[in-house]
Amino acid sequence: MQRFASRHPIWTLVIAIVVAALLWLVFAPWPDGLEDAIGRKRIFLNAVFGGITLGALYFLVAAGFTLIFGLMRNVNLAHGSLYLLGGYVGFEISDSTGSWLLAFPVVFVLVAALGLLMQNQVFRRMEGEDLRQTLVTIGISVVLADLMLWIWGGQSYTILSPEWLSGPTTLPVISSIKSDGEIVYLRYPAVRIAILVAAIVMGVAMWLVLNRTRLGMLIRAGVDDREMLAASGVRIQYVFLAVFGFGAGLAGMGGIVGGTFQSLSPGEDTRFLLASLVVVIVGGMGSIPGAAIGALVIGLSEQLGLVYAPTYSVVFTFLIMALVLAFRPQGLLGDRR
Amino acid sequence: MAVIERQPAEPYWVERIPAPVWAVGFLLLIMPAVANDFVLFQVFGWTFILGMIALSLMFLAGYGGMVSLIQMSVAALAGYMVAIFGPSGVEALSLFLPWYVYIPVAVVIATIGGALVGALAVRTEGIYTIMITLAIASAFFYFTRQNYGIFNGYTGFNLVVPPQLFGVDWRQPVPFYYLTLGMAALSWLVVVYVSRSPFGLALQGVRDNPRRMAALGFNVTAHRIAAYAFASVIAAFGGILLVWQNAQISPGTAGIPAVIDILVIAVVGGLKRPIGPFIGALIYVLLRSFAPDALSAFGLSTERFKLLIGLGFLLIVFFSPDGVLGLWERWRARRASKADPLRGGSR
Repeated sequence: MQRFASRHPIWTLVIAIVVAALLWLVFAPWPDGLEDAIGRKRIFLNAVFGGITLGALYFLVAAGFTLIFGLMRNVNLAHGSLYLLGGYVGFEISDSTGSWLLAFPVVFVLVAALGLLMQNQVFRRMEGEDLRQTLVTIGISVVLADLMLWIWGGQSYTILSPEWLSGPTTLPVISSIKSDGEIVYLRYPAVRIAILVAAIVMGVAMWLVLNRTRLGMLIRAGVDDREMLAASGVRIQYVFLAVFGFGAGLAGMGGIVGGTFQSLSPGEDTRFLLASLVVVIVGGMGSIPGAAIGALVIGLSEQLGLVYAPTYSVVFTFLIMALVLAFRPQGLLGDRR
Repeated sequence: MAVIERQPAEPYWVERIPAPVWAVGFLLLIMPAVANDFVLFQVFGWTFILGMIALSLMFLAGYGGMVSLIQMSVAALAGYMVAIFGPSGVEALSLFLPWYVYIPVAVVIATIGGALVGALAVRTEGIYTIMITLAIASAFFYFTRQNYGIFNGYTGFNLVVPPQLFGVDWRQPVPFYYLTLGMAALSWLVVVYVSRSPFGLALQGVRDNPRRMAALGFNVTAHRIAAYAFASVIAAFGGILLVWQNAQISPGTAGIPAVIDILVIAVVGGLKRPIGPFIGALIYVLLRSFAPDALSAFGLSTERFKLLIGLGFLLIVFFSPDGVLGLWERWRARRASKADPLRGGSR
């Protein structure tokens, strides 16, 4: 951080100003002139919080994608299918047992098992052939998409959130001030707050595992140079299996989250695959903090774009990606190799 | 006095073209005499069109080492341009320009679009190309679906028909068959020619070892972007034919499944040779046209042909990474090597 600040003083200033402006927009009551110019503060706040929550979901899905990519050089284009499969299975479990929380471990184990199977039976056979692995993941995604269409049909499903998470909570953020001076605080669905907290906890836990444990050390070493890691006697296949299983399971759990606060239908798999791709391209490949920043940026731009320029919200996402590619092809936090 | 040894005469160019090519060409030329309209228009017309779009992918992937998923979007962009600048059923948006304006305009715009995407994609290498082009292709899909001012959003354009040139209705099965056959053959020849030209050879050098080519003084980035532009021209013509065949274009034309289908076609056919994509396209179109009947004969729902295509693609990638052509070549090589030691070398 300090090194970045000393090397790029202007950029640091720009980033600081943007962050400060955002914080002011969120926390300060808006003057009338601003409300006239860009609409009610409540709408803006909802868009911002929606964007952050969406970013949290994107982060859950893209974190596994970026880890798998960074370690194994495997662009897993079936990642979106794992997401959708996790969502459908989670729907079945929470529907039949009535327990929303129970769905998470079960889906994690099931989808992670599928991921282990894919890594051990498919990708291991074509190690080092990046293109072929990617083609296989495309084939798997086509097959999985059709199987899921076969089983669950074309209608959309929504997973019901449990009672203790349904309904809104009040946040200590001022939404507006009424004419008689009463302060109205922002109300926001509790389940989305829970998702946000869960994503942050997950991100911090992953950062801790990666930076403070032996397994994390192995993974980081593998991302940097897997040949040397293998040559120094580490059974790299087990590391690969662990990462692939974890990434797949995370995508599956992301499916439950996505199914709870949005919906599940055919086509969602490609939507989340695209989101993961863009997040990883923007954030930097193989970097967890990069995925977090990328997910936040994409989620915010999508939601704010949806509110303030509905026709062009996709274009914003695309423009951000194009800008990053043009000026920093390795991604915001990626290393140049 | 020098003895001038007579070189054996260069074979006449007709003789250098192998017999199977003549046979296939002849068969394709007389096809309208034996096949019905459905086969001509739907099966072969569609095969040639998809083959052309997949050929542009094959050119990039096989000679340039860049697996680009943008080709279907470039084709759709050209199709949209034809619908926007030319005649269509959406009178509020179409400009109804004459054909000698809107076809070049469509090709040029699609080429510029493809080259721009290429300029972005070549900033990264190898496997990243797939990710970036897939992301851009889906952005194109979502954009056309949301934009009503230019692309007419979800509905797209209908009644986009080819012009009545030389008094021929080019959407009739037989003229359309010859039109697509001619364009496909032309693009195949051009790709074969370019692959042997200095540019094509340099491109293959860039594919094999970009650093060495750069050290030799070749501009690696420029060659790659030029390859994208060239491939975009072929894809653009494919897209124009596609919109004429369907008489309509909508965001789904360049949706993610369609983008993936082009990759499937090119890989199944084989990425090593320009004829591969056409073989892949024929297999795909045959499956697409007749698999529903076969599936319902087995008591399965007719919608499961996607599963069939996906499984077939997986099998091909698993067992023959260079596609059906690779299977065929390996079979021939095995037969040749079997014959060799026993009979003492007829080959």
